[in-house]
Amino acid sequence: MSFIPTLSPLTVVVIPFVGALAIALAHQHPKLRDGLGWLASIAFFIAVAGHIGPTLSGQGATQTLSELLPGVSIAFAVEPLGLLFALIGASLWLVATLYAQSYMKSLNYPHLARFFACYAIALGAAAGIAFSENLLTLFIFYEILTLSTYPLVTHSGSEEARRGGRIYLFYLLASSIGLLLPAIIWVYAATGTLDFQSGGILGDHIAPHWIPVLVGLFAFGIGKAALMPMHKWLPAAMVAPAPVSALLHAVAVVKAGVFTILKVAIFVFGIDVLLATGAGVWVAWVAAFTIVSASLVALRLDDLKARLAYSTVAQLSYVIVGAMIATPLAAIGAVMQLAMHAVAKITLFFSAGAIQVASGRKKIKEFDGLGRVMPYTFTFMTIGILSIIGLPLFGGMWAKWYLLMGSLSAEQWIVAGALMLSSLLNILYLLIIPIRGFFAPAADGVPTEGLHEAPMAQRVAMGITATACVVLFFFPEPLFELAKGLVS
Amino acid sequence: MTLAQWMPFIVLVPMITSGLVALLPGRNLPWLMTFLAATASTGLSLWVLFGIDAEPLRYAFGNWPPPIGIEYRVDAANAWVAFIVSGIAMAALLWGRVSVHQEIPERQNIFYALFLLALAGLLGITLTGDAFNVFVFLEISSLSTYALIAFGHDRRGLLAAFRYLIMGTIGATFILIGIGFLYMMTGTLNMADLAERIPAVADTNAVRAGFAFIIVGLGLKLALLPLHLWLPNAYAFAPNVITVFLAGTATKVALYVMLRFIYTVFGGDYSFGAVPLATLLMILAIAGMVVGSWVAMFEPNLKRLLAYSSVAQVGYLVLGVSLVSLIGLTATFVHLFNHALMKAALFMALGTVMYRTGSARIEAFYGVGRQMPWTMTAFALAGLSLIGVPTTAGFISKWYLILAAMEAGLAWLVVLILITSFMAVYYIWRVIEAAWFKPAQTDAQGATKVFREAPLALLIPLWIMVALNFYFGLETSLSLGAAEQAAQALLGAFK
Repeated sequence: MSFIPTLSPLTVVVIPFVGALAIALAHQHPKLRDGLGWLASIAFFIAVAGHIGPTLSGQGATQTLSELLPGVSIAFAVEPLGLLFALIGASLWLVATLYAQSYMKSLNYPHLARFFACYAIALGAAAGIAFSENLLTLFIFYEILTLSTYPLVTHSGSEEARRGGRIYLFYLLASSIGLLLPAIIWVYAATGTLDFQSGGILGDHIAPHWIPVLVGLFAFGIGKAALMPMHKWLPAAMVAPAPVSALLHAVAVVKAGVFTILKVAIFVFGIDVLLATGAGVWVAWVAAFTIVSASLVALRLDDLKARLAYSTVAQLSYVIVGAMIATPLAAIGAVMQLAMHAVAKITLFFSAGAIQVASGRKKIKEFDGLGRVMPYTFTFMTIGILSIIGLPLFGGMWAKWYLLMGSLSAEQWIVAGALMLSSLLNILYLLIIPIRGFFAPAADGVPTEGLHEAPMAQRVAMGITATACVVLFFFPEPLFELAKGLVS
Repeated sequence: MTLAQWMPFIVLVPMITSGLVALLPGRNLPWLMTFLAATASTGLSLWVLFGIDAEPLRYAFGNWPPPIGIEYRVDAANAWVAFIVSGIAMAALLWGRVSVHQEIPERQNIFYALFLLALAGLLGITLTGDAFNVFVFLEISSLSTYALIAFGHDRRGLLAAFRYLIMGTIGATFILIGIGFLYMMTGTLNMADLAERIPAVADTNAVRAGFAFIIVGLGLKLALLPLHLWLPNAYAFAPNVITVFLAGTATKVALYVMLRFIYTVFGGDYSFGAVPLATLLMILAIAGMVVGSWVAMFEPNLKRLLAYSSVAQVGYLVLGVSLVSLIGLTATFVHLFNHALMKAALFMALGTVMYRTGSARIEAFYGVGRQMPWTMTAFALAGLSLIGVPTTAGFISKWYLILAAMEAGLAWLVVLILITSFMAVYYIWRVIEAAWFKPAQTDAQGATKVFREAPLALLIPLWIMVALNFYFGLETSLSLGAAEQAAQALLGAFK
């Protein structure tokens, strides 16, 4: 990729912020605003892609901005895992821009400049998280991500949106300030550094019996990873417009959470330390519990987006399971899940939004027969669901495969059982949706006559992500190599 | 002239200019002279701050050598405090010109003359090396402050000023009695001299009583709970520019003097050894943090809300002292500066809204966020600093305070600091919610009141302060470096 210049990490992170400013300034010129939205996302993607070459050859860019405290700087360092997260965000932002501009106009949302500006800032914050060189820098961008997505959650301005926004803000801020920040301070007080280093930084600075406590502070403090009982914000965030749920609450925000968990597990604790001490096993059990109970909750929900939200809660805990069991296979599975779930879940949220645009319906029981008038949307949705369940021909399979192998090799029978049970439950609560859409006769009072497919732009966006689900099944090697490099 | 000879001008410039300003006609000329004097003091103290090395700067007035004459004695600790005080005065003036036009339409020359006197008093307390001189400057600053508070157009300001007068005078009297005891026992008023002679008589009730009187008297000036009652009303009813100035300076100087007596005059060993001072201070500090934050959470008048928040912040400052360590003292000194930055910015933002709405009650802020977005955004950002969000100056303070608590092995203190930070989130959030999420106010006819965005003359200084809150949250070499030097200077002072 040497034909793309490698910009400094700060420049990459700043691009969406500048884009946000430009979008906000262009609020009276819709065409210009949309053009700037495209420009920002394309420039951002190229800038992130420019780091692929150097990072994979082991020369990831580093940059120190200012030394805040002795031993703690605002600094960036690009490494493969962070680059993967940034790439997922940047590439899906392109697709989401296509989708969001169509969606927001179809439903006549006001204040679009504010919306797209905050959207861009959220991506910039995600890139900041991805490229952070230490815990403090990561924490700063983590909080920027929380704050910048708040206006997106409350975008409609209704009482319901505001209530959802308050829960959103409360859970994310309270967990991060109340648990994550103390954990960071603890690490600093014990080790005198917050830098991410392969193999971890704890060494023997913290007594072994305290490590499980510290793991717990991180696991629950990183509320964006939605480990129960810190998951409540995610269903609350579903009051947001569909593009927000799709890109942010299926990709950028939640993936920032599990990415942070992975980063802490690999570069703060050290995957070997976790494996040797078993300090994370209790959190893996909590995650297993989260997987099963979130699936059970999803089973009962009739609102599609709410069901998808609980499905996300469950899927995020797959990553936590992998990071906490910490066998090499499980960790590889966790990294792959990061990418696979992002692509599949954004497809599902896109289709949820598309159904809403085309028919105005949100409740699954009103979808009967809808698949026959919206064949594209429901087909793409089916592909996304199959990938999430983890069936062959779809990328999600690889993540589930390695996670299951990893938990079996660690003899974590409970966890392995939870993973398998969850796949079965997935069939029950996700696959049932397109099945009813395609095959059930239209229910009383909700006829399907006169309804059409979603707008072209939205279908194209879904098509791209659905195709990616399949492509990732046949070409998982780059992802696998990257994950393997991280854990060995 | 050498640096040591320039140093007294930090006090002399505002003091002499004060008399001049009283004679100037009009409105702009007095302001300009005042501003120039404050700028000169700031420049000089910055120069002193950078020029200082291991030996303190000394200047004997009238060439009377100490301990006979009065001596100014400046090390890294008081240079730092003098810089904070004069810098905040400068910032307050820069912001205050337009606000003073509105609040004090007449006799501005007297107002500015008093302002300069108060400034000179505070700087004098900071720089002097003579215990009695501390009292004299304390009275100069206090008397002019009482008058300044009474300048507010709210008539309740008079009562607030009178209460402050009573409390302040009691405090000053306590300090004077304490100094009297020390003079009786040692025959000297020079601080360095006192430090040499006290150990010989340390084990007497007179010295103990003197110590107690001084600490209690300063506790009153410092507004350390439960001696804080004068502060909320004094802040609330003073003209806004005075609130900005006092919030950033008055309590800080009192704390500095307390530290000077604890560490330099009596010596850390005596202060923390002879009496359980550390425990006492810690209890009072925690009480201040909790009670101040708690009251702020429910206070409907926003100036009083921020004033109670100041009571809590004084708690943080004293908490750093009570941990009796270099890192704790560094936390105190860095928070002196950072708190001045954040509170000045917050009171400026509040004053800017009041410039348009005329009220500090929370109802007056309903919907203001949409009408005055620049002002309220500045308030929100400064609020982040008060809460202690990373990248802001407030975070650096809290980080150091927490490190000091961890170093002392007091993990519960960390939890407490986080809890009070949450309380700060709550009371700042109340303002944000009122400004952005409540419907705008309506007048008697039911028409929506419309407030224009504030003039640039208020907005620009406000945003400079907000920017500084972030600058010093990211670039800490000046603030942390100076704070650490100040702490070291005190711990090893005059040895």
